[in-house]
Amino acid sequence: MKGAKTYPKGGVHPPDNKGLSSRKPIKSALIPQTLVVPLSQHLGKPAEIQVEVGDEVREGMVLGKSTGFISSPVHSPIPGKVKEIKDVYLHNGLKSKAIVIEMEGEFDRLGKSQEKKDWNNLSGKELLDIITENGIVGLGGATFPSHVKFSIPKGKKAELFVVNGVECEPYLTIDHRLMLEKTDELFEGIKIIQRILQPERIAIGIEENKPDAIEHIRKRADEAGLPLEVVSLKLKYPQGDEKLLLKALTGREVPSGGLPIDIGAVVSNAGTVFSIYEAVVFGKPLIERLVTVSGGAIKDPANLKVRIGTPIGELIEECGGFTEVPEKIVAGGPMTGFAVYDLDTPVVKGTSGVLALTAKEVNGASRTNCISCGRCIEACPISLNPTKIFKHVDHLEYEAAVELGLNDCRECGSCAFMCPAHIPLAQGIKLGKRMARKKKG
Amino acid sequence: MEEKDLRLIEPAPQIHHPDSTARIMWAVVVSLVPAGAWGVYVFGARVIAVLAVSIISSMAAEFVMAKLMGKENTLYDGSAFLTGVLIGFNLPPGIPYFVPIMASLFAVIIVKWTFGGLGTNWMNPALAGRVFVFFSWTGHMTNWTMPRTMNAVDSVSGASVLGFIKTGLIDYQGAPKGPMQYLNSKGYPQSSTDASVTEWLRGVFGDGVGGGYWDLFIGNVPGCIGEISALLLLLGAAYLFYRKIITWETPVSYLVVFSLLVWIFGGLPFNAGFFRGNILFHLFSGGLMLGAFFMATDMVTSPLTRRGMLIFGAGAGFLTFLIRVYGSFPEGVSLAIILMNIFVPMINRYTQEQRFGVSNEKGNAA
Repeated sequence: MKGAKTYPKGGVHPPDNKGLSSRKPIKSALIPQTLVVPLSQHLGKPAEIQVEVGDEVREGMVLGKSTGFISSPVHSPIPGKVKEIKDVYLHNGLKSKAIVIEMEGEFDRLGKSQEKKDWNNLSGKELLDIITENGIVGLGGATFPSHVKFSIPKGKKAELFVVNGVECEPYLTIDHRLMLEKTDELFEGIKIIQRILQPERIAIGIEENKPDAIEHIRKRADEAGLPLEVVSLKLKYPQGDEKLLLKALTGREVPSGGLPIDIGAVVSNAGTVFSIYEAVVFGKPLIERLVTVSGGAIKDPANLKVRIGTPIGELIEECGGFTEVPEKIVAGGPMTGFAVYDLDTPVVKGTSGVLALTAKEVNGASRTNCISCGRCIEACPISLNPTKIFKHVDHLEYEAAVELGLNDCRECGSCAFMCPAHIPLAQGIKLGKRMARKKKG
Repeated sequence: MEEKDLRLIEPAPQIHHPDSTARIMWAVVVSLVPAGAWGVYVFGARVIAVLAVSIISSMAAEFVMAKLMGKENTLYDGSAFLTGVLIGFNLPPGIPYFVPIMASLFAVIIVKWTFGGLGTNWMNPALAGRVFVFFSWTGHMTNWTMPRTMNAVDSVSGASVLGFIKTGLIDYQGAPKGPMQYLNSKGYPQSSTDASVTEWLRGVFGDGVGGGYWDLFIGNVPGCIGEISALLLLLGAAYLFYRKIITWETPVSYLVVFSLLVWIFGGLPFNAGFFRGNILFHLFSGGLMLGAFFMATDMVTSPLTRRGMLIFGAGAGFLTFLIRVYGSFPEGVSLAIILMNIFVPMINRYTQEQRFGVSNEKGNAA
């Protein structure tokens, strides 16, 4: 497409493999008898547990309350009884307290038509409270609490609100399907956010591999009279990163260490906007999310609406199981997601996909010394020197690594994807960030 | 799930580009096959033995060094095999077998492994090996075999074109105003295909077209095993471009700077004045094609960024010109690239990219 925008430097082109699931309409996944709901599903402090073993819970009831500004509550996805409270390993390898719920009794929402609430009389502050109470977090994967993002610091102004419909991760098609199937809901969500932020401009960025979505949103926005700029973007990973998306849309760079609001912008994932719509219009907490189940080893890939706490194994089962023994099972997208070893790992708020990848898709190889090919530098969208930073981290020279931009890393994985020596650059840099922070105390 | 222990658990990214170190190395080996086959064709089966000796000794050295240094077996990565091939390519066909062995041992043990093996050396191992044996056994290294495709009277040995001219230019008082005219005037042998191609070219472009270019381009000249056929080396380079293993910056800046300098100053030794140099002759003779596309582009010993590669290539072009046209050696490619290898860390330092969102006037002025 002519005139499609993108950010100027770096980026990679992994095979997008979205065709496996992009034509599959969203359907609701089966709800298993037992769900495991972790208390730490968002960036920030874990929620504080509000129930005990044996308690009866209702669908949408608070299981864990928010413990600070950068925190978020967790709600019960199903009605039932608290069977157990235990530690589980999340897909990211971290341990979290989790509540095991055995399904019992009647659903309050499922299968029942819900009354639409009129939110037109509510103020921005009141809308923000609804978002906070309903545990809405960024569903693109970072799970940053949405109310924090929408609370604009004093002296700053959100001139531009951007809906992130890029979905640059290969395989994932939930935002694509959402834009096609839930357009009106998405638009109402945008209006709610407009009320909160009062931006001068609203835009949505969509990559060119979703021409139907670009056209559809453009047409419907016109019909609805919504002044939404629909921007088509050249296909390039990691364009869905908010800093790069803003660079592509506005040409401006969020300063190092800064946030989008520093250049007057707020970015929200399309899925998040939809959840905000549901929270405000139906009072529904974030108890389910969309998940793409895909990969070369999945028999029948699908886009599923899944209750939080569903074991990923159940979803794979529902998609016909494996066609061959997968090399890896991934929670999230293939570029930033986590390989999991346990099919009982629950879906959490940040689980955008469940992928079973074959050896051919993974392209593993043994590690060699760095051959100074420069491909990591070329791939890095923010012009870091990943190989040099990695060497510093490897030698425990965190200060030198920070000096070279360690903390600017967007953790997109492009460097490690390209590295012919198969050095775990992104992995090491991510670890280095954590170690540098710890050392600083 | 009983197979869960076999599953691979790694942090992101979970997928990878198909290229690996080994695939890159073997792709370079593949790209060198046509030029190597040509060497075998024109110089005979002995070339196979020379290549085999240099490859085997290079891999043996790699195997032993990896063992000694307690590293995993590194033969699979293909780098030692490639070094062997490149050393063989840079030797005259009639070389005694101990020379490739010495070159390989020097390249792999001294140049590569004293720094820690693959990726750690600052000098191209194959070129270092070649230069080492060149200065140690210069006689053997400048004893050329005539290709059997040439109508040479003495078909066993002769001087390389560059060597022939270098000798001829000492206290030059002759009439020919360029290298090609000089070779023709001295009766340097040419093949019959060259004669017919030249005749055809004269039919198209007029009588001004000199003879001998076809031989240079196709590789009907004495020289090192793998360096003589510019055509087949360009074919191999095209494959590397297609596989995105080399980028245009290094070879193009190398050849452009070299050509410009040759054009401006190349005529001076022939008393022909400025802007009279013969670019085509210099591009297709000696090891320039092999050097520019396969040696200067060596990832380990060339700069990291594209801007750096431009500088690196330009420097190599300048030094090649200097050594070839004004130095006492007929050929300057190997030395030029090795000299530029020394500058790589400095080039890397001064070509670092502006980081995203860091005091970028342009990006944040709006």
